[in-house]
Amino acid sequence: MGNAQATPARKLTDAEARLAEIFAMQQSASAPQLAKLRTAAFDAFAKTGLPNRRDEAWKYTDLRALLRDVKPLAAPPEDSAKQSARNAAVLEGVATRRLVFVGGYFVAELSDLGDLEAGLSVVSLSEALAKGDAAAMTQIGNVGEVDDPAFALNTAFMGEGVVIRVGAGVCVDRPIQLVFVAGAQPATYFLRSLVIVEKGARATLIESFEGETAQEYHVNAATEVVLEEGASLERLKISREGAAAMHVSTFVASLAADAQLSDFGFNLGGAVLRNQSFININGQGAHAGLRGANILKGKEHADATLFLDHAAERSESKALFKSVLDDSSQAVFQGKILVRPGAQKTDARMMARTLLLSEGAQANCKPELEIFADDVQCAHGSTVGALDENLIFYLMARGIPQVEAQSLLTEAFIGEVIDAVATRSVRDALSALVSERLRTR
Amino acid sequence: MTALLEIRDLKAEIAGKQILNGYDLTVKAGEVHAIMGPNGSGKSTLSYVLSGRPGYKITEGQALLAGADLSQMSVDERAAAGLFLAFQYPLEVPGVATMTFLRAALNAQRKKRGEEEMSSPDLIKRVKELAKILDMDMEMLRRPVNVGFSGGEKKRAETLQMMLLEPKLCILDETDSGLDIDALKVVSNGVNQLRSKDRGIVVITHYQRLLDYITPDVVHVQSAGRIVRTGGKELALELEETGYARYQSEAA
Repeated sequence: MGNAQATPARKLTDAEARLAEIFAMQQSASAPQLAKLRTAAFDAFAKTGLPNRRDEAWKYTDLRALLRDVKPLAAPPEDSAKQSARNAAVLEGVATRRLVFVGGYFVAELSDLGDLEAGLSVVSLSEALAKGDAAAMTQIGNVGEVDDPAFALNTAFMGEGVVIRVGAGVCVDRPIQLVFVAGAQPATYFLRSLVIVEKGARATLIESFEGETAQEYHVNAATEVVLEEGASLERLKISREGAAAMHVSTFVASLAADAQLSDFGFNLGGAVLRNQSFININGQGAHAGLRGANILKGKEHADATLFLDHAAERSESKALFKSVLDDSSQAVFQGKILVRPGAQKTDARMMARTLLLSEGAQANCKPELEIFADDVQCAHGSTVGALDENLIFYLMARGIPQVEAQSLLTEAFIGEVIDAVATRSVRDALSALVSERLRTR
Repeated sequence: MTALLEIRDLKAEIAGKQILNGYDLTVKAGEVHAIMGPNGSGKSTLSYVLSGRPGYKITEGQALLAGADLSQMSVDERAAAGLFLAFQYPLEVPGVATMTFLRAALNAQRKKRGEEEMSSPDLIKRVKELAKILDMDMEMLRRPVNVGFSGGEKKRAETLQMMLLEPKLCILDETDSGLDIDALKVVSNGVNQLRSKDRGIVVITHYQRLLDYITPDVVHVQSAGRIVRTGGKELALELEETGYARYQSEAA
C-alpha cells in the first residue's frame, strides 16, 4: 500500500499529513528487510491517526491536539553538539557503561564499547540492521502485541538505538546507560532499542534523556525487552527534557517463567511526557516491579499509562507511582491489570500517590482491573493530598525553616520509590537529582 | 536580670475558643518549674502557643523569650532563639532519616544564630554519646525519625534531640505519659543533665511521679487557662493527696 491515507474518513491534521509525507520520502531509503515492518506499522497508524482524548488509553494526553506540527527528522549532529553532549549530567559520575546518542545519532567517540563483559553484546540498532542480525529482526516489534498509534509510529520511523543481548547465565554488574541528548535544532527523534536477557542472565539498563535547549523537539522512544526464563533486568528511565520538549515513550516487556523485571520511570522535566508500558507476564512465577515518579512544575504534563497482562500462574506485579506537583502541572496515572483465565494465584497490586504543592496542580488517576481467574489477589488504590501540616510544624519546631521542611518531606515522599533502586551509587545520584529539582522550585 | 521566659496576662484562642485566660509566668535561668493541672486546663495549649503552632492565636498579653517577643517569630526562629518543646506525642516522619533530621535541625539553628555548622563526624560522635546516656540503640537512629518507635522510645528520642540542640528553655509536655518506670528514670536522667544555671526547664505534667526524678524549684497549678496557685516542690505532693477537684471548682 503506497499511500495509506488514500481515503481518509476525516481530514488529516497538519501533523498527520506531514508524517505521511515524511514516511513516503524515507521509505525508499530504508533497509529492505525493514521496509515491510515499517509499512505495516505506518498503515496501522494511518487507520486511527494520532490518538486523541476519545481514545481511552490517551484520554488525558490528547496527542492529536498537542502535536500541532511535526519537526523534521534529525540530521546528523554537528561537532559542537557532540562537544556539549560531553556535559550530559544525568547520573554523571556514576560508573555506568555509557552509550551516547546526540540528536538521535549514535556517537561512537563518546561511547564506551570497550572491554565488553563476556557474554554481553551491545551494538547500535543501525549496525545490527546493516549486519542483518536475524534474531534481532525477528524480535523487533514482536515482543508483545501492542496496538498503539505512538508505538506504531516509532516502528514506522525508528532511527537509532541499541540492540543488547546478555548471554545465558551472564551477570553484568556495571549498568548500561543509554544517554540521549537532544540536538540544538528543532527535530523529531525516533529511538528504538531491543534488549534480550537470556536464560538466568542479569543486567541493569539505564535510559536517560536530556535536553538543555529551549527549542521545541519531539522524542518518540521505544524499548522492547525480552526476559527469558529466570532472567532479571532492572531498568531505569530518566527524562529530564528541555522545557518545550514532547516525549512519548513506549516500553514493551515479555517475561518468561521466574523472570524478574524492575522498572522505574522518573520524570524531571519536559512540556509533555508520556511513559506507556506494556508488560506481558507469560511465564509462571515471574515478577514485575513497576515504579514511577514525577516531579513537575510550571505547566508540565506527565502521563504514566500501564498495561499489565498476567497470563501465567503464580506471577506477581507491584506497581507504585508517585507524583509531586507544583504550580499548574498535571500528572496522569492510568493502570490496567488484566488477569487472563488460568492465571491463578496472581498477586497484582497497584498504587498511585500524588502530593500537591499548589492549588493549581492536577492529578488524574484511573486504575482498572479486569480479572478472568477466580483465585487471585488484586488491589489498587490512589491518594491525592498536600503535605502534612503537623509534620511541617514538628520539623519547624526543631529549627528547620519552612521551605527546607517542605523539601525534606517531599524528598521523603519520593524517596520510597527511589529506595527500591538496587545500585547504591545510582540511588544516591537520583536522590541528588530530586534535591536539586525541589530546591529550584 | 531579664527573665528567660516571661508570660504576662496572656490570652490565646484556638478556632475562636479562648483557652488561655490571662496567663502569668516567669521562669528565670537556672530554674525548673512544674506546671500541673487537670486534663483540659490548657497545659498543652500553653506549650503550643509558645512554640507557635499554626491555629493557636495570641489575642492579648505577651510572651517573651529572653526579652524577645515570641509572637513576632516564626516557629523555626523560636527554636533557633532557644525554645524547645518536647512533644507529648512525638510524630513519626516516614522517609526522613533521623541523622538527616538532626543535622538539618542543628545546623539550621546554628546558621540562624551565625554560628559555625557542626560537621557530620562531630554530629555522629555527639549523637552516639547521647544515645549511650539515654540507653538507645544506634540502630534505631538509622531509621526514619520515630518510625516504628514505641512510646518510650519516642520520648527518649525527643530527649536526645533536646540534649543535642541545647536549648535555653525546655518545655516538656507530659513527657511522662506512656513511659514505664525504667524509661522514666532514663529520660529524667537526661533532663537532669540539662539542668544548668543558664537554662530554664518547664515540666508540664498531670502526675507527681515525674517530679520524683526531676525535682522542681517551683510548682504551679493551672486550671481553666491560667495559673491559680504557685508553691514549692511540696505543692506537688499535696496535689497527689488532694487531687485537682478544689482547683477546678475554684476556677468554675
